[in-house]
Amino acid sequence: MILSRRSIILSGITVAAAGALPGFAYAAAGTPKRLVFVIQRGAADGLATVAPTGDPAFAAARRAMADETAGGAKLDDMFTLHPALAATAGLYTGKQAHFAHAVATGYRDRSHFDGQNMLEGGGARPYGRDTGWVGRLLTLLPAAERDAIAIAPAVPLALRGTVQVGTYAPSRLPQADADLIARLTALYADDPLLHPLWDSAVKTQELASDIGGNNGRNGADLGKLAASLMLPADGARVMMVETGGWDTHSGQRGRLAAQLRGLDQLVGALQTGLGPAWSDTLVIVATEFGRTVEVNGTGGTDHGTASTAMLLGGGLSEGGKVSADWPGLGAAARYEGRDLKPTRSLESVIAGAVARHYALDAKRVMTTLYPDA
Amino acid sequence: MAAQYLAANRFGLGRRFDDPAIDDPKAWLTRQIGDYDPAPAALAGLARRDAIATAYAEYRDERQAMRREAKDATMRDDGDPMPEAMRRMARAGFRKHYAEAAGARLAAAVATPTPFPERLVHFWANHFAVSADKQTVVGFAGNYENEAIRPHIMGKFADLLINAVHHPAMLLYLDQAQSFGPDSAFATRVRNRGKRKAPGLNENLAREILELHTLGVRTGYTQSDVTAFAKALTGLTVAGLGRGAGQRLMPADARPGETLFIDRLHQPGAQTILGKRYDDNGARQAEAVLRDLAVHPATAKHIAAKLARHFTGDAPPAALVDRLSADFLKTGGDLPSLYRTLVASPEPWAATPAMFKSPWDWTVSMLRALKVPALGERQNIAAMFTQLGQPVWRPGSPAGYDDKVATWAGSAALMQRVELASRIAGRIGDRADARALAPLVLADALTPDTAQAIARADSPGQGIAMLFASPAFLRR
Repeated sequence: MILSRRSIILSGITVAAAGALPGFAYAAAGTPKRLVFVIQRGAADGLATVAPTGDPAFAAARRAMADETAGGAKLDDMFTLHPALAATAGLYTGKQAHFAHAVATGYRDRSHFDGQNMLEGGGARPYGRDTGWVGRLLTLLPAAERDAIAIAPAVPLALRGTVQVGTYAPSRLPQADADLIARLTALYADDPLLHPLWDSAVKTQELASDIGGNNGRNGADLGKLAASLMLPADGARVMMVETGGWDTHSGQRGRLAAQLRGLDQLVGALQTGLGPAWSDTLVIVATEFGRTVEVNGTGGTDHGTASTAMLLGGGLSEGGKVSADWPGLGAAARYEGRDLKPTRSLESVIAGAVARHYALDAKRVMTTLYPDA
Repeated sequence: MAAQYLAANRFGLGRRFDDPAIDDPKAWLTRQIGDYDPAPAALAGLARRDAIATAYAEYRDERQAMRREAKDATMRDDGDPMPEAMRRMARAGFRKHYAEAAGARLAAAVATPTPFPERLVHFWANHFAVSADKQTVVGFAGNYENEAIRPHIMGKFADLLINAVHHPAMLLYLDQAQSFGPDSAFATRVRNRGKRKAPGLNENLAREILELHTLGVRTGYTQSDVTAFAKALTGLTVAGLGRGAGQRLMPADARPGETLFIDRLHQPGAQTILGKRYDDNGARQAEAVLRDLAVHPATAKHIAAKLARHFTGDAPPAALVDRLSADFLKTGGDLPSLYRTLVASPEPWAATPAMFKSPWDWTVSMLRALKVPALGERQNIAAMFTQLGQPVWRPGSPAGYDDKVATWAGSAALMQRVELASRIAGRIGDRADARALAPLVLADALTPDTAQAIARADSPGQGIAMLFASPAFLRR
């Protein structure tokens, strides 16, 4: 599916960039670079995504959930990839995937709102910046690689900046996702009017919702859509994809597996859809913070600190590796006694990957993307 | 007692993001009665009656011309696909008036500094309902609310009634424009020519005024009252809408869309209604009936019960209904006095969140809460409310929308709201902070459960959706 540029909405205005800039579509020398930023909203559990099964404290801390990654690809002596990430495991084998572990932004509290603001804005404190790191990156890119779009109804903070950015929100993607529905179910539990109404509404609602829904096919659809927006000669070169549903306070085993299956299919569809352009594509997958080392009383994990970020792409120079200054999971090694301790800044991981991908000066990238660092 | 929440939501349309705190809820409401502006800026620039009537007449004329042409074309066997497209284009003329008025209505409700009177505008427009599923009403519906209802909600009930009944939208909706005195000069002439059946009486408007607008159903009026009242109403019609029976009698200077009284259509003679004799003095005959109906004890009770239900819930307390009814009778239907008595009464301030917001109220309260525009510039307002189950000015019956919890609290309707809240939240993202907004808009009705659910949302957007879908926000 190739979407007409005219169908892409830019804050209510039709994007005219391709037509307005003469020769835009053919100006680039060689293949232009592409960048996809997949945000995992809700704090994805890095310890279950890339599980430190080789850490002696892991099994005891995760108790019954320690085998969450059983059957997953062994990445090295220490780490096992979640089995739902099958296509990603294939990328790892082909040196097209890199996992940075025990990473976190400069944010050290546990609010999703504030954490996402730091991850996207790239400031030193929540609400410290009103533009985002991707938006600032655009100013460093040549015109042919600067065309950016978000698959979202509005421009997310990460993409905001001086360069105009488009948005595309396919109406067929349902808006009330499974996670919101679950939260409202809890909120209405004691309401004599809303509880029965909602119960029957949810039963009749097809839960073909977020990326985890429909056995991962929603993720595949999203990946296909993203590829179709980025593939054309005059298509987008920088893209942000929103994913939600990572806040697994309860029933993590099934929910996280579904989420990761959706993410895996998203990445797979993106790779397939981009074809040869995949070798000039960098995908960054990151979340606002991680989750507790210990499992809580409801088969889930609570808000934590460090997590995992993924770098994926056909031309990745650091592929086939898990990088971590591993702090250990023993009680004394944890951040505030409960979380995976951050030993490396997520900002430096992102800036480093971006600089290598675009062959830009690393220092300049760092000071542009993260001016407060 | 969650007085701030009730003032803002039960009596108002939800707190605006920039509204100051409501320190004295009752004083805040009564002050709005004096501050009410019947012609807010958001409504300026809407089409006038003559433009609306002309657009409809053009549409109808073109449609008829197309039909003739299509017929000719078929006979000549050179069918042309154009007429259908042109028909749709002509149709767009008066549809546009409806869409623009619906958008302006929403803008006025979102912006208003006097949300209590604005709610009363919506209440009275629904009491005197017209419905845009009748094609002649579509273009006029907004004009009806703005010119027949808005200017008269702070006066006497009688004047509100008379203005509602005389507006072209009502005359067209309830067939008065096609009702003629059986013994009128016009009908007599047609009959004497003996060519065809003489035009006659249509009782629709007379019956609905008695049943819905004034006395209320089963309050003792009889069929002969309805017939006599219908006869008294004859002569009222609307100019400029084509070649109907009465249109040839229009004065040459009649402006399209104006209400006219044409004596040659009026049934001559005195009429007896509810035991009282009304002499035939032309247009003033029906007006005299309306003035009496407006202050009838059954009307007082009917209006009191409806108003009480709107502000207390499905089972309005008898004490409140009696108090409002007594006030209505004492003041001769003075509406501001009625509103003041309502606000001063204890019953509407009962803390139980008794009512479920209508889709209209709920949407308006969402938009009022947000500083950043929540809807895209190209959002089709009318389509949005149709999807939510409450098409604007299209209740489908002269009884208007039912004012009960069960009318709006349905499971599919709830999911629709959650989806719209979610879509709006997606647009807003982190440009509003639900944690700060919740104590503002839910005020003293914000429960720890809701506050916690919002604070634990997995993103700012999800927090907004949770706030708008929270039990207190869905209610009023």
